Amino acid sequence: MEIAASNMGTEASGRPGSAAGRMLAGFFDWFGLMGLFCARLARAAVQPPYEWRELLRQCDAIGSLSLPLVALAGAATGVVLSMETHDSLSRFGAKTMLPAVIVFSVLKESGPIITGLVVSGRVGAGIGAELGSMKVTEQIDAMDASGVDPYRFLVATRVLACILMLPLLTLAADFFGVLMGWVANNLGESISIRYFLQSGFKHVDFGDFLPSTLKTAVYGLIIGAIACFEGMRTKGGTEGVGRSTTRSVVLASLFVILADVLLVRLILAFFS
Amino acid sequence: MESTAPEFPVEIENLYKSFGPQKVLDGVSLQVASSETLAVLGRSGTGKSVLLKLLIGLQAADSGSIRIHGSDIASLNSGQLNELRRRMGFLFQQAALYDSVTVEENVAFPLRRYSGEPASRQKERVRELLRSVGMEAHAHKMPSELSGGMQKRVGLARALVLDPDILLFDEPTAGLDPITAGEIDDLIVELRERRKLTAIVATHDIRGARTFADRLVLLREGKIVAEGSFADLQKNRDRFVQQFVGSLG
Repeated sequence: MEIAASNMGTEASGRPGSAAGRMLAGFFDWFGLMGLFCARLARAAVQPPYEWRELLRQCDAIGSLSLPLVALAGAATGVVLSMETHDSLSRFGAKTMLPAVIVFSVLKESGPIITGLVVSGRVGAGIGAELGSMKVTEQIDAMDASGVDPYRFLVATRVLACILMLPLLTLAADFFGVLMGWVANNLGESISIRYFLQSGFKHVDFGDFLPSTLKTAVYGLIIGAIACFEGMRTKGGTEGVGRSTTRSVVLASLFVILADVLLVRLILAFFS
Repeated sequence: MESTAPEFPVEIENLYKSFGPQKVLDGVSLQVASSETLAVLGRSGTGKSVLLKLLIGLQAADSGSIRIHGSDIASLNSGQLNELRRRMGFLFQQAALYDSVTVEENVAFPLRRYSGEPASRQKERVRELLRSVGMEAHAHKMPSELSGGMQKRVGLARALVLDPDILLFDEPTAGLDPITAGEIDDLIVELRERRKLTAIVATHDIRGARTFADRLVLLREGKIVAEGSFADLQKNRDRFVQQFVGSLG
């Protein structure tokens, strides 16, 4: 027992250092491999032949199938914003500012980030699981073996579809957010939609709206690239597919949030 | 890429491949003649599948050379490699059919990209291939609706769709009942007779290999331990070779 205990002590004391080393190596390894993956993706995306049909199919799968969820999330955000800010603004006697606060909050931040996170979950998991399953069942090898570049057919199309669809989905989230913000506000005290929109959009210009909508194209790039990367390097059967799916969602969400911080800073620097 | 048609469409020289500390191929050298069917035999995990994946460039060798139609595949860029791959067909162990599309679309997948023929002609060709493997009636089914043997047949049709001159089979009868396995063996024989393809079949099924192979090589721990016709292998006094072929008498 004493020997076992002393061995355990040695192992325990030895482990943290090596575990930290392994984690650090894994961290740099991930970024290195991701860099190589992105370089291959960029080559595949620009070199003909282009897979238009698959791109359209992916735009449909990523865009229209995510629409209900994004619309619902946008609507819920609008309702919550309306309820929360109504109370706060009433305390400061600034209730007339409510439409502007809702519109600015939804257009500049809530709409884009909610869209990014919802799509990270739905699409990130979908792509990670689909490509992961294809990888472990040798379907990707079969594509490669038949002379079709899977990076061109599977990866570039999915990433491009994410880039194209995220801004459009953000518009939907914005629309439903503002609309439901008005509905929630209207339940407390009657206010016409016309007055709500006029008041809300009075000070909004393209500098408020365009950069924050278009930044979601970067979220699309992040979600698509990470999910495809994790899917394409899946190993270890169904358990591996589960791991890839989880990693796709977690890493895509994390990087979307980090990118948001950077992009907001950049947008403020260039557009304010 | 060289355009001359060499006598040996597949030439392997001193091939080494390891995964970590595990040596899978240990100096394998082989030549496969035009229209020859070669069976690569060996126990599970002796590097047969790896050898096929190296041949089609799905994995890279640690050292040694592979020449397909005279081209060293290690020196090809991805475009040239893809071009070469279109002259080769690969039947995967689990068929590896695309599970989101129908049987017909699986077979048509490479054709749609690389055939300049009109859609109607392509469809006709797909039907013709499905008929030749006895799967025409199942053209609109999804792969998940098919049995293992049926999936292998569809995989074979897909491997043949671009009219390859080299065909690689990875354990074509693994996991199949003896009757279905016999049917797949017959299809390989039929292909050999009808299309005069160069074929390499990785298998541990000595009974099947005896029916379709012109030549057999036996791998053990990544090395070729015996090579020749079935009769040659039967005459071999090595204990491992005897264990492998002896059961058929």
